[in-house]
Amino acid sequence: MSNYYESEDLKKFGDIGQHAKALADDFFRYYGNVTGTDGALSKREKALIALAVSHAQKCPYCIDAYTTQCLETGANPEQMMEAVHVAAVMQAGITLVHSVQMQNHLKKMVL
Amino acid sequence: MSPVVRLKIAIPPSKYDFEAQLRRNGIDLPPLGIDTLQVNVTKLCNQVCRHCHVDASPDRKEMLSPEGIAKCLEVLERHPQIAKLDITGGAPELHPGFDAFVEKAVALGKHVMVRHNLTVQLDGNPQTKENKEYLPEFFARNRVEVISSLPYYQEYFTDAQRGSGVFRKSMEAMRRLNAEGYGVQGSDLMLNLVYNPVGPYLPAAQAGLEADYKRELKDKFGLVFNSLYTITNMPINRFKLHLDKSGQFEAYMEKLLAAFNPAAAADVMCRSLISVGHDGRIYDCDFNQMLEMDAVDAKRKKLSIFDFDFGRTLQRPIQFGDHCFGCTAGAGSSCGGATA
Repeated sequence: MSNYYESEDLKKFGDIGQHAKALADDFFRYYGNVTGTDGALSKREKALIALAVSHAQKCPYCIDAYTTQCLETGANPEQMMEAVHVAAVMQAGITLVHSVQMQNHLKKMVL
Repeated sequence: MSPVVRLKIAIPPSKYDFEAQLRRNGIDLPPLGIDTLQVNVTKLCNQVCRHCHVDASPDRKEMLSPEGIAKCLEVLERHPQIAKLDITGGAPELHPGFDAFVEKAVALGKHVMVRHNLTVQLDGNPQTKENKEYLPEFFARNRVEVISSLPYYQEYFTDAQRGSGVFRKSMEAMRRLNAEGYGVQGSDLMLNLVYNPVGPYLPAAQAGLEADYKRELKDKFGLVFNSLYTITNMPINRFKLHLDKSGQFEAYMEKLLAAFNPAAAADVMCRSLISVGHDGRIYDCDFNQMLEMDAVDAKRKKLSIFDFDFGRTLQRPIQFGDHCFGCTAGAGSSCGGATA
């Protein structure tokens, strides 16, 4: 393999069952039940959440898969981009809120 | 806008076998009846859409002859069980005999549907420059059901697929149809819209998308319509060309295969309509027509509107190909939208 994250490898997701089939079966059943059905959240809302998480976790497989899933559940480009912004501000906020810890420690350092 | 590309259809050997898929699922799909005569009167169109299975464009010349139109009307008159005439193209309104065809079919008591691309109202005929702004009033006067492609309720996807400026013109054309009473609550003038994906993915659920269209078009443009039909892009002609160019044909076919839905297969539109081409040849659907896969009778003789026989046509074996996976994927796809 010449590169990490070959897009063709997304098709091999099911191969995680090698050497641990029962666990993979459990995972895929859970995965399908959560993402593949309308529940308290619609499939579209779930796809937008998953798209945001895909960006936060920087997973190119997931970004491809959930861009398509968003389109196939009727999300529009504005909704998709806004979901990514939610991920972005959460990450920025998480970074910034840690400055409270820095401030706390800073105060301890100032005698 | 993409350049106009004419494709000579050559069907290579396929690893996708729709008929084998039907056999594996124990499905037999004989015709159920013929309640709709769908007639493709011309490949001339004012638009050049990236997904167009007809390869329609402003420089196409194919037109159904006056004799062909007369024969279609004769078949409609002789067969009360064929209750609906579905006129398509191209932009069918650009056929010089379109108006008379509609009026005569209506006079026969038929339900007439026109696949109207909206923008032809404003663009007119690209070859003759004939003005087509009279169409909303003409449709209303003849109680025609108008079925119009609008691939999205926003400009970005619509113009990407149908050409720059198409969304804006479509909104104006819808406004003119609404002004005649089309799609308006309490009116019996039907305006139905057609959604199809702008790329290699399946349509979203029809009901949810219809609610989005209704909300957005009403809120942003004050426009109304009756129903939304979701249609899957067929992997043929111009759409296939773009799939091939972007290296996505195989992935798209695999997506269609993986989404095969036996319930959608049972309701494929070829079981209840026939499609007539500009030369009078009969096909099982408009997609088969564009692939030149003639409908044949039980003795494999090609069918034509010029020697139409209802019983012989009803007993034909429907011709299937790779593209049929497009009609059976997910919630199914037909000229009337989802089927399952």
